[in-house]
Amino acid sequence: MDLILALLAGATVGAAVAAMALRDVVHCVLFLTVSLIGLALLYLKLGAEFVGFVQVLVYVGAVAVLVVFAVLLTRGGDAPTERIANAPWSGALVAAAVFAMLARAILGSPSLGSPSPETPVPTLSVKAIGEGLTGGYVLPLQIVALLLTAAMIGGVVIAMREKEGE
Amino acid sequence: MTSPDQIFVSAKEWLVALFPAALQPMVGALVSIAAIVAVYPAIFALTTVVERKLLARFQNRPGPNRVGIPFTKIRLAGFGQFAADGIKSLTKEDIVPRDADRVVHFAAPIVLVVPALLALSVLPVGRNMAALDLRETGLLFFFAIGASTELSVFMAGWSSRNKYSLLGAMRGIAQMLAYEIPLILSSIPVVMIAGSLSLVSIAERQSAVQWGVFHSWHVFTPWGLAGFLLFLVAACAESNRTPFDLPEAESELVAGYFTEYSGFKFALFFLGEYLGLFAVAGVATTLFLGGWNAPFTFLDWIPSWMWFFGKLGSLVLFSVWLRATLPRLRVDQLMDVAWKYLLPMSLANLVVAGLWHFTAAWPAALRWPLSLALLAAPHLLLGRGFQKRFGPRVYRYAADPRPAPANPAA
Amino acid sequence: MKTYLLVSALLFSVGLAGALTRRNAIIVLVGVELMLNAANLNFVAFWRHSADPRVLDGVMFAVFAIAVAAAEATVGLALVIAIHRHFKSANVDDASRMKG
Repeated sequence: MDLILALLAGATVGAAVAAMALRDVVHCVLFLTVSLIGLALLYLKLGAEFVGFVQVLVYVGAVAVLVVFAVLLTRGGDAPTERIANAPWSGALVAAAVFAMLARAILGSPSLGSPSPETPVPTLSVKAIGEGLTGGYVLPLQIVALLLTAAMIGGVVIAMREKEGE
Repeated sequence: MTSPDQIFVSAKEWLVALFPAALQPMVGALVSIAAIVAVYPAIFALTTVVERKLLARFQNRPGPNRVGIPFTKIRLAGFGQFAADGIKSLTKEDIVPRDADRVVHFAAPIVLVVPALLALSVLPVGRNMAALDLRETGLLFFFAIGASTELSVFMAGWSSRNKYSLLGAMRGIAQMLAYEIPLILSSIPVVMIAGSLSLVSIAERQSAVQWGVFHSWHVFTPWGLAGFLLFLVAACAESNRTPFDLPEAESELVAGYFTEYSGFKFALFFLGEYLGLFAVAGVATTLFLGGWNAPFTFLDWIPSWMWFFGKLGSLVLFSVWLRATLPRLRVDQLMDVAWKYLLPMSLANLVVAGLWHFTAAWPAALRWPLSLALLAAPHLLLGRGFQKRFGPRVYRYAADPRPAPANPAA
Repeated sequence: MKTYLLVSALLFSVGLAGALTRRNAIIVLVGVELMLNAANLNFVAFWRHSADPRVLDGVMFAVFAIAVAAAEATVGLALVIAIHRHFKSANVDDASRMKG
């Protein structure tokens, strides 16, 4: 395990913990962004350049900004004074149990037991992705297009409805 | 003997060769970084003076013309102004509002400047002169990095705990989100035709010779021309330049999201904005204006990097011209332009680029009119939609309250 | 390989803990996003260490998952805003009445 990977992994998980534990909603969202950028760098380290940059473009450029917009619109920007979580210890306990199970599965897996041979980092050619999207993955692509359109219309309708009623 | 075209490339190779082989990749990277960190802020310093002088000329006043070399009488026509401005902002008190979120307030300018410098690193500024050639994802990297600007705007606006900052940030985010889509969509035709996301190979591709003397810049095609214009409008909005400077509209919002910034942090915001402007201007140059290619083959003797920075400078000057000429838009007009004009037009442009690709064998006399008609039709239809909404403008003046002067003849 | 899987498992658990316990609906959504991303990291890691990286299934799945997550965020945040309009609060506990 090399140093860069350790640093990236630590930053990603640390930022995720901060995003879940801090009081101020805006700080949570900013730490979520840090965590997502860390994930994008992990993708780059895995050789998946395209996925990494798409991750930054979609998550940092769109989703994080959407979330902060929602925070501002719901006046979540002021730091909450009441308690922020219900039964935090039982939640943490459940999560720890889930992690223990996953870790047991990962560490105990026979196929992962032997150290994987060091293969050179594969290059992910965008051309291959494009051909895949218009070839074997056309149906998922179209379904995603439909889903995104539906989500867009749905988002507009849900957010608009009560305003029209006034 | 090196040609002036490759002088910087050879200089870098010479410098790198001085070091042992193990260190060479690292030294090469450091030299490139140093070049980027030195050149673009220098252009920024020059631009601030040129912009102020030009704006002054547009408004019929002299502009900065005093600061030259200190302790001498040499005034340099005011071109020492940037040094004076820099020293002023460095020595000013750095005020952080009492209620501000200090960490976020501190981080916001950094989040703006660092990605802007990163984005500049993928631009091919001359033949064999790109600091970072991402063969697979160059343009995608640029847009991904550009997305972080919005976050910086939000951080600055929110952490200041000031209503003007927050309003400016909300406007800025909404504007950047809206204009990012036409910006990306208008550059997709280039990727479609060039078959590559790498900015280096897009620039190289435009050095092909057409009709004997022309380099085949993308702007010399119907989709390229339309794409360039759309890109220019969206880029203006993306870098918050007038007429799209609503997030920092000084007559409404003091200074928008950086109202509460002073001293060096304000200077960093200023720098970040201009670096963003250079980045989009550089990408517009690379995508549509032939990158580092000369327009005509008989001008090829001028070094390629001069062409690139010349084009970048012209685009920056053009944006100064726009700033001096156009009034600011209203928020609803801004959104209308993005969603009801730029978005459909860039989609139409995609279709035209596809048509251009599949009709490569047709004579130009048929291809050109067809493509232009396909672009003109939606333009006219959308324009008519706008006109119908606005109608003829009626001017109303306040009635003159004074009694009419008595007629001396009566 | 194991490191990536462990990081992903950790991310998933952190997201789960947040989604289960936090009261603000937006943070619950953030937790869900974290869990989705943890799954994505697994897909890409398995692609990287697969026998033949030219088979793009893992990467494709990650790309589609990102698109779906964007759609999910849109609808989710629209719901949060609608709930906030209705109940004047973004806390999930306050939206427990079953009448309009």
